[in-house]
Amino acid sequence: MITLLEDIIVKTVCRILVPLMQLFGLYVIAHGHGSPGGGFQGGCILAASFILLLVAFDLAEAKKRLSEKLNNFLNSFGVFIYAWTGWMCLLLGGNFLDYGKLSKILPVDSVKARYFGVFSIEVGVGITVMAVMVSLFIDLITGGKHEEESEK
Amino acid sequence: MISDQFPALIIVFPLIIAFWINIVGWWWKKPCFYMSVSALTVSFISSIGILNTVITNGTIHYRLGGWEPPWGIEYVVDHLNAFLLVIVSFIGLLVGIYSKRSVEQDIPQKIPQFYSVYTLLVMGLLGMTITGDAVNLYVLLEIVSLASYALIAMGEDGAPLASFNYVIMGTIGACFYLLGVGYLYIVTGSLNMADLSELLPKLYHSKAVLVAFAFFLIGIGIKMAFFPLHVWLPDAYTHAPSSVSAFVAGTMTKVGAYVLMRVLFTIFRPYFSIELIPATTVLGWTAVAAMMYGCVLAIAQHDLKRMLCYILIAEVGYIVLGISMANRMGLTGAILHIMNDALMMACLFSVAGAIMYKFGNRDITNFRQQQLNKKMPFTMAAFTITALSVVGIPPTCGFFSKWYLIIGAIDARQWVFAIALILSSLLSAVVFFKVIEKIYFKPREPVHPHNEVTHEEVVMDEAPMSMLIPMYIMVGGILILGILSGQIISTVIQFAVPASF
Amino acid sequence: MIEYIIAKYNYWIYIVLMMIGFYAMIGKTNLVKKLLGMNVFQWAIILFYVSTGSKKGGATIPIVMGAHGHYEPAQAIQFLNPLPHCLMLTAIVVGVSTTGVALALVIMIYRRYHTLEEDEILELLETSRK
Repeated sequence: MITLLEDIIVKTVCRILVPLMQLFGLYVIAHGHGSPGGGFQGGCILAASFILLLVAFDLAEAKKRLSEKLNNFLNSFGVFIYAWTGWMCLLLGGNFLDYGKLSKILPVDSVKARYFGVFSIEVGVGITVMAVMVSLFIDLITGGKHEEESEK
Repeated sequence: MISDQFPALIIVFPLIIAFWINIVGWWWKKPCFYMSVSALTVSFISSIGILNTVITNGTIHYRLGGWEPPWGIEYVVDHLNAFLLVIVSFIGLLVGIYSKRSVEQDIPQKIPQFYSVYTLLVMGLLGMTITGDAVNLYVLLEIVSLASYALIAMGEDGAPLASFNYVIMGTIGACFYLLGVGYLYIVTGSLNMADLSELLPKLYHSKAVLVAFAFFLIGIGIKMAFFPLHVWLPDAYTHAPSSVSAFVAGTMTKVGAYVLMRVLFTIFRPYFSIELIPATTVLGWTAVAAMMYGCVLAIAQHDLKRMLCYILIAEVGYIVLGISMANRMGLTGAILHIMNDALMMACLFSVAGAIMYKFGNRDITNFRQQQLNKKMPFTMAAFTITALSVVGIPPTCGFFSKWYLIIGAIDARQWVFAIALILSSLLSAVVFFKVIEKIYFKPREPVHPHNEVTHEEVVMDEAPMSMLIPMYIMVGGILILGILSGQIISTVIQFAVPASF
Repeated sequence: MIEYIIAKYNYWIYIVLMMIGFYAMIGKTNLVKKLLGMNVFQWAIILFYVSTGSKKGGATIPIVMGAHGHYEPAQAIQFLNPLPHCLMLTAIVVGVSTTGVALALVIMIYRRYHTLEEDEILELLETSRK
């Protein structure tokens, strides 16, 4: 349904832009808890880089870089990072998501441990949002038929 | 202590398992059912633990992240909460066990996705019940809504359109709820429910608070399928897969009624909802209309599930009538009816699902020819006992909740409400006896002589065990909980009613 | 009267947007137009919330000025309220997910009925039931 676009300008610009977009997405995720940014926003920018690849090239090209199995795995992996951080705080004696207790395993004090706790949660959220946005886009543009195509 | 962490465990465990089912389902389809049922079992055990702690110790305050309220999100569990948690997780577990055979027949190519989204739906409902923060409730409300849109769309022929209509209306409801919370945030600056109930009394005469109240009522009314806003319910629950209907019919409307009780009596004090604005009067009269509408339209249906959907609309009317009576007896009846109605509706929809599993259609007019009383005697016995409970015949639990509602109406001197309750019981008797007559009784003279039943043995073709056992546990619950109603009221419900009544 | 409207212009804008979205949800028969109305409805509410976080007197975004060197002490009164922004992040994501689910439903309906007008779909449902 999305066929190869025979335009050299679009393809070249896309090749330059996609790594820069991904770098910017990672920057936005990492600066989430102190300044504007965060998991959702960074995840959307990372997803936008894959979608640009998909629009400028073929669906098969994008699938070579982010296969469907990996996408489905990343969907759940981000939630696992989130839940695992909360679970570790539970096991170390606090309430769920009580990051101060993470100072028992990380070599920092309690206040800085909250900083790292929020950061790991943002990373989890960013991964899940990226995977979900890409899979939403692929499902909608192929009308759900890409599953049948990939089984051939 | 593990029992201190039950409020977190009850939410986190199904959440993690739901995403594991998503991954594991890529390779093997068989473990998905077992993983889902184990997650729901853990939730059920945690909810019993929470109820135990609340009965012995009083209200639980669980602070997420260790932050003090009102800066942090807090899970508050008092008697009303704990009671509803046990009900929701119990029905989630039973319908999860029931769903194995019916899902394999209806939607065989989407089994991992079904169980993953089903576990998320149960988790969302449990979270809606347990939370004490207004915006957290919005997030969980949307989780529940999205999961139910996806599950309903997996059904039979008219399901995607019914689910689309539900998307449109459900989004309006959730957005109105969010607007209400936003208005309250603007005037008070707080989002915690207990904190709002302390900050609001000085502001009762400001217009923003009145508008926020109106938005809350409409938003929750749409989610709860309260009479004029119920339009999405018959189509959506009829075309959904059988186990999905059984679960959402038993729980989603009841959790909506619980949120209504929280808004009317915890966030806005009873003084506001009853005396300052006659909100409870308006709700009461609309509830009477809901009861009459539901029962009358149920008589006109051919499809068994559609008939049950209209009965569900009437049952929601009962609960809101109990809430609106604003005295102790009425509220006791309403809370008891939440428990009874959850069991009754789940059991009735399970029976409809079992008939669909065996015969492939649910038209009432075919029941006589299909000779259901000989082919599925146990299922029909479950249906009859549950039908007697909906009508309100002792010793089933339906009788006791209606008893309290009628006494509450008489206490409040609202004779029209009492008469409406009795009249709707009679109408629901008409509805159910119509079906029971078609199942069990033969006509006096044969209508077409050549259609007489032939003298051959009709083989019993009962629904499979994994569907029968949850149904019978629910029927057993209906009978036993009816007899134990007094105990339940004196230990749990008595403290769940707000203290000023 | 005019000052009253100009002073609370954010409320007026969100009400107008919300009513446009609401009309589209109810009055149009094409399913995609209903969906667009739903989107406009949700975005009106998000814009309203974000606008309530602003303050008079030139409040600025909550980023500390000055970097790699001396930091000025931050006073809360010069920054605008970031809490509605955070709440609306969640609401935006919820809106996107709902739009995704609704679009998937629209694709399922189109594959089954080959039309997207609601009255035609209802006719096809009626005839297929008889």
